[in-house]
Amino acid sequence: MDITKLLSISLGAILVNNFILVQFLGICPFMGVSKKTDTAIGMGFAVIFVMGLASALCYPVNVLLVKLDLAYMQTVAFILVIAALVQFIEMFLKKSIPTLYEALGVYLPLITTNCAVLGVVQLNVQNGYNFIESVVYGVTGGVGFLVAIVLFASIRERLEFSEPPKAFEGFPIAMITAGLMALCFMGFSGLQVW
Amino acid sequence: MNFGKQLKEGIITNNPVLVQLLGLCSTLAITTSVSNGLGMGVAVLIVLTCSNVVISLLRKVIPDQIRIAAYIVVIAGFVTMVDLLLQAYLPEIAESLGIFIPLIVVNCIVLGRAEAFASKHGILASAVDGICQGIGYTLVLLVICVIRELLGTGAVNGVQIFPAQYAAMMMTLPVGGFLTLGAVIAAVQWAQRKSKGGK
Repeated sequence: MDITKLLSISLGAILVNNFILVQFLGICPFMGVSKKTDTAIGMGFAVIFVMGLASALCYPVNVLLVKLDLAYMQTVAFILVIAALVQFIEMFLKKSIPTLYEALGVYLPLITTNCAVLGVVQLNVQNGYNFIESVVYGVTGGVGFLVAIVLFASIRERLEFSEPPKAFEGFPIAMITAGLMALCFMGFSGLQVW
Repeated sequence: MNFGKQLKEGIITNNPVLVQLLGLCSTLAITTSVSNGLGMGVAVLIVLTCSNVVISLLRKVIPDQIRIAAYIVVIAGFVTMVDLLLQAYLPEIAESLGIFIPLIVVNCIVLGRAEAFASKHGILASAVDGICQGIGYTLVLLVICVIRELLGTGAVNGVQIFPAQYAAMMMTLPVGGFLTLGAVIAAVQWAQRKSKGGK
């Protein structure tokens, strides 16, 4: 296996092409679950887990679809796999690791409609990644999500005490904050692993 | 059903993006040029209207426990159709929208309207709701597109307004998306407060 390629995929997914701040995937949970750092961390780990598993599961599904000449069914098949996967994880955690289930709680079902998950699967197909590359891309994409959402949540906690102009209170100022973060992440563009 | 009232809700008082804060991913990602915004808006409008109608038809058949999964399958079906149609007839737009066309499946607006409106109302009302919410979404996309394209490239829909060397490239990059949407929503909040204060 080509380690350099895996490294460059990871670096790309975490920093250069961060899922949230550069590719705009998963903005809804990014805005919704970032009021507190603790919940942001929980959500981040849940996303890493689901994105990795979804990448792994959708790879054979895609191979099968291509073989059967049903590639146009990709979207439908992928979303079903993801929905089923999330449901299974929920039931499994409830039964065997109740503490983790409690911690993730509401966020697990929300992940089904997180565009980052469907997005990573689609990107795997588009980029023609093989199985290992897909899983690495999924997991590191999730890590990028975690990094962004935790940083954002910590900024937002401080934002609570600041006084923006009346019209900017709440959501708009959060948006501007995210914009400035995106500006910082632009600094990573051009970063490469040789 | 009151078409005017629903239209007003979709565009102003209950706008999917500005008030309900749904569908932000696509709003931010594809609003770099007016043609992209229009393409995406119309695609969502079609998917939203069709899925609303079908879900409203099936609302008494679908068992409650698996309704979300059922909705997603219906939506994914329509998204696939729109995706294939775009690829066949408007390949350029399909190319520049990229993965955001299949991602309409997980656009919270479509699922949100299915859950909040189509599962409780009749076919005609649901269709009207789909159209109105779709128009509201498209209008917001167009406003953001015009701002970003004008400031970022000095042109609107390819027509040069001021020379490109004075334009701020930043506005067409991700940063510009966040800043523009933040400013637009702030403007809406300001207007809402103003109109409440006036009464």
